[in-house]
Amino acid sequence: MKIFPAVHYTMGGLWVDYNLQTTVPGCFAAGEANFSDHGANRLGASALMQGLADGYFVLPYTIGDYLADEIRTGPISTETAEFDQAEKDTRARIEKLMNGAGTHSVDYYHKKLGLIMWNKCGMSRNETDLKSAMDEIAELRADFWKNVRVPGSADTKNQELEKAGRVADFLELGELFAKDALDRNESCGGHFREEYQTADGEALRDDVNYAYVSAWEYNENPRDAKLHKEDLVFENVELKTRSYK
Amino acid sequence: MKLTLKIWRQASPEAKGNMVTYPLDGVDGDMSFLEMMDILNEELVNKGEEPVEFDHDCREGICGSCNMMINGQPHGPQKLTTTCQLHMRKFNDGDTITIEPWRAAAFPVIKDLIVDRSSFDRIQQAGAYVSVNTSGNTQDANSIPIEKAKADEAFHSATCIGCGACVAACKNASAMLFTSAKVSQYALLPQGEIEATDRVQNMVRQMDMEGFGNCTNTGACMIECPKGIKLENITRMNSEYLKANI
Ligand code: SF4
Ligand code: FES
Repeated sequence: MKIFPAVHYTMGGLWVDYNLQTTVPGCFAAGEANFSDHGANRLGASALMQGLADGYFVLPYTIGDYLADEIRTGPISTETAEFDQAEKDTRARIEKLMNGAGTHSVDYYHKKLGLIMWNKCGMSRNETDLKSAMDEIAELRADFWKNVRVPGSADTKNQELEKAGRVADFLELGELFAKDALDRNESCGGHFREEYQTADGEALRDDVNYAYVSAWEYNENPRDAKLHKEDLVFENVELKTRSYK
Repeated sequence: MKLTLKIWRQASPEAKGNMVTYPLDGVDGDMSFLEMMDILNEELVNKGEEPVEFDHDCREGICGSCNMMINGQPHGPQKLTTTCQLHMRKFNDGDTITIEPWRAAAFPVIKDLIVDRSSFDRIQQAGAYVSVNTSGNTQDANSIPIEKAKADEAFHSATCIGCGACVAACKNASAMLFTSAKVSQYALLPQGEIEATDRVQNMVRQMDMEGFGNCTNTGACMIECPKGIKLENITRMNSEYLKANI
């Protein structure tokens, strides 16, 4: 048997409000897909708990509440400029993926990205590596959109095309991931910035400057994503440092 | 390891499929069966050919999507093991391996090795649930005493991952093992009592409507089931069904 460490969970996710609604009205994100419940810590069964809590206790009320105002909304026509635009954009994106120069497979890019993330954006990260990771990912992303090879047709089931769409997203998210880690000049939860540690190698948090959730607003290029800070307010408990010793 | 793979290729649900032979070199015994497929696919993509489409998700034996007939056996030669947890060390250098999708009218092929198992979802939706009010006054689970033996049985039935190997193994393409596991996980617990009658009737009706065959007690399903779901579940479902109808 071979045993090796592997990534199996990523903290954070889509920003949602108290009702689990995203910034797109009517689009709710539940479970692991949203950012809300666990902050910077990944505890055992977090994903399961978040899925259950959101699904059992929150969405049955909040979606109903949202739909209550829509009950008299008739069928929504697809004959609108917005729909045409969305359809056009989606087709263009698919076409672009299908018509790459065909130099490398989708897996080739996925593995390259994985290696950058593994080496430079793991649990333990530092400013120099994070900066170079951002550049490397941006470069890889540009290469992907020029040279990816997606075989088959866009008009049938095509798993390579599905995967290409996801890897395209990862290539944006990966860079944002590094940018976020770079912004946080402290060590906290699963984020260990090598520059910020105590004399005996423990995480050094900075509650004065970083007691906030980083919500990044999409802005085409991950580099230009806009930071919204949501303060973490503790009413019933005192913010303390956890010791595993 | 050097292998010869004979794989079912079918471009679409309507297309006529056929077996295609692919030689594959450089397979390591520590690879899982799906990793071996990944390597084949990357080779095909690099050659400009279409990769073999197959379903997979967790690769941990819990989602039930990595379904393949391997040398005529659902999920391959290793007992109690899904395809994703099967290692290539189970095969030998020079082997020829045949890989096909599930074959059952109620599981139509979508493409290559991917079949549509939504018939299973519809059987589940027909009754595999309990109506419990979760609105803020949830009861403490321990306040309803349940015999250990029953709790264990119910839990074991609930480990069915809905893969469909039982159907693929059955000469009648019967879904009795799957459906009975889903019925049993509730039939054994007091929480399942409220809907017991409707549940078994509706789920069996849905199962028949989907076009699955009947059970003739051959037991192939239990032998091939990666989770070891027991034939006793079918007995239990039959008795629940009888009870519900008299
Ligand atoms: S009973 Fe076994 S073979 Fe059938 S769907 Fe469930 S886990 Fe798969
Ligand atoms: S991939 Fe999930 S059970 Fe095999």
